[in-house]
Amino acid sequence: MHVASMHFVRRAHDKLGDAGLQKNLGTFKTRFVGARARAITELDDFEGTREAAREIRQRALDNLDTYLEMFEKNATANGATVLWAETPADVNRLVLAIAAKHSVRKIIKSKSMVSEESALDHAIEAAGLSVVETDLGEYILQINDYEAPSHIVGPALHKSKEEVSDLFAKRHGTARKTDIGELCMEARQVLRQHYLSADMGVSGGNFFVAETGSVVLVTNEGNATLTTTLPRVHVAISGIEKIVPTMEDVATLMRLLARSATGQSISNYVDILTGVRGAGEFHGAGHMYFILVDAGRTGVLDSDLRAALRCIRCGACMNHCPVYQNIGGHAYGWVYPGPIGSVLTPMYVGLENALPLPHASTLCNQCGVVCPVKIPLPDLLRTLREKQVERGLRPWSERAGFRLWSWVAQRPALYALGTKIAARALRWMGGADGYIRKLPLAEGWTSGRDMRAPPGKTFRELYAQSKRN
Amino acid sequence: MRVGLFVTCLVDLMRPSIGFAAIKLLEQGGCEVYVPATQTCCGQPGYNSGDRAAAKGLALKVLDEFEDCDYLVAPSGSCSGTIKTHYPDLLADEPGLADRLARLTAKTYELTDFLVSVLKLGAVPGTFQGTVTYHDSCSSLREMGVKQQPRELLAMMPGVRVAEMAECETCCGFGGTFSVKFGEISSRLADNKCRNVEESGAEVLALGDLGCMLNIEGRLHRRGNSTVRVMHVAEVLAGIERA
Repeated sequence: MHVASMHFVRRAHDKLGDAGLQKNLGTFKTRFVGARARAITELDDFEGTREAAREIRQRALDNLDTYLEMFEKNATANGATVLWAETPADVNRLVLAIAAKHSVRKIIKSKSMVSEESALDHAIEAAGLSVVETDLGEYILQINDYEAPSHIVGPALHKSKEEVSDLFAKRHGTARKTDIGELCMEARQVLRQHYLSADMGVSGGNFFVAETGSVVLVTNEGNATLTTTLPRVHVAISGIEKIVPTMEDVATLMRLLARSATGQSISNYVDILTGVRGAGEFHGAGHMYFILVDAGRTGVLDSDLRAALRCIRCGACMNHCPVYQNIGGHAYGWVYPGPIGSVLTPMYVGLENALPLPHASTLCNQCGVVCPVKIPLPDLLRTLREKQVERGLRPWSERAGFRLWSWVAQRPALYALGTKIAARALRWMGGADGYIRKLPLAEGWTSGRDMRAPPGKTFRELYAQSKRN
Repeated sequence: MRVGLFVTCLVDLMRPSIGFAAIKLLEQGGCEVYVPATQTCCGQPGYNSGDRAAAKGLALKVLDEFEDCDYLVAPSGSCSGTIKTHYPDLLADEPGLADRLARLTAKTYELTDFLVSVLKLGAVPGTFQGTVTYHDSCSSLREMGVKQQPRELLAMMPGVRVAEMAECETCCGFGGTFSVKFGEISSRLADNKCRNVEESGAEVLALGDLGCMLNIEGRLHRRGNSTVRVMHVAEVLAGIERA
């Protein structure tokens, strides 16, 4: 996907002024935050489960080579083919090669954020094949001229029901429906034809299970079940970090995934797909492929940001992020928005191509608190800020400012003099009512806020006075 | 016991009354309050902006200045949080500091936590009468575990009624340099906070961090709200507003 993360400030500005989006975001926030809060109380020991989940994901990453080989061996033994994609372009090349090998004309897809990284749908269409997204959110975006997803779980949650009504009427040529149930039924009827006529199904992979060579898929619409079992060929695409050692481990993670994501105890559908359809078996594709994608992940694995790869893509960090809640996902400018996106995007597309993102957080740590695998997101954002400084990617004025501040603050006499002058200057700037309306070098502050002026003497001065008296 | 007061750079410059309020409360609890004259800043601005070098010298300075105290107490979750939870990372590669640092972080407290957990204060001198709502600052709440402490202290004031606002644990949008780099987003978050404060019906918004204070107060004023007073919880508890 095209990277627009450098335009974060301008895009956020547009989103803050978009009344329709603001209304949709308000609904989203109330629903997801409240639902998760209720759902986690169902577990007797939520924090203990969270710690167990963290440990599982960390163990998988610390031994990733071993588990990947184990997965490849077991998946191959079940009749599947395991392929490796080093770059996003490799993902597209491999999918098209598989399609060519099996004379595929039409592809259906269940949700895969990894395929968004490489803009797979565009590559498929460019190759003259057709592709249909079957996740309702992704389908809505596809028929809206491939609008970008704004959330990793609910890709179209920036849209209102009314917008979807208009879109369906326009694209399907049907009477405009306003009832959600009717809209879903209309999508279902359209998609059903595609399931039946597709040659190949492409899915993501919530987990790849090393001990069994299985892929686990979590959906609410059952679209992954149809996508992976009706067509002749199934291709599951996911990042190499999605490996989980055992099915027992999956059970632990599943206790947290839907609860953290949508506040459900479990998703409506959970598919566990192991190998091709065997003799006498009724379900499953005849040909099964796994594409395990690197595309920057080994770089993260080898860095001090490894914890970010524990992510199980529940979206809780963005659901609870006050910044995301107010601007939505599009402002972030790439596949993964919110706190985890602000960590992954710079690592996957290049630090210099996403400079605002690590700073686009107040470090309030609500994301870290709700993350089911305990990714210390604020620490990772800070680490990325450090990398920007180390690589000279910050403006010289900012660096000079911090250096000067630090230099003065280590010289107490000079500091006392500086603050003495500043206290008086600020007092003067506050004027009659004691509020500053314009601050040089801090227009970002005064564009939306005033600042109450200080009383004119520093604590240091007043305290010294009080000691003399 | 000898308690070192880390005044914080923002209290020193912007709201000295909070420093005096903290002293009054600590003395009420029987402490000998020591205010190192050379103290300046904990280094958080540089640390959070990725400039470790700019932060390190200041961290070492705080360590030197407060080593001799029984406790380090700050009227800020954000500054005490930096010292307690981030200095070990910031100074990790400084040789021979581990023990000294462990002693410092173990004795570092946010003010209201110290008043409740260590001093076990039974009464406060403030006499304010009216409705107060409390904003939980991110670092107080999520780094320093401060939640009930300020509320317990406010409950000791017979004239005070605490009216909890919606989303009292949600960030006000300050975020240090975030508030200037992303002024528009920051103002929106502050605006949401102001709305919740106003809807609580409180006359006073009490809080425990200067960043949030300047941010919310500044936004309230820009919104034209001149009725809600924004006070540090120490000012309310000590009955000191301006010095």
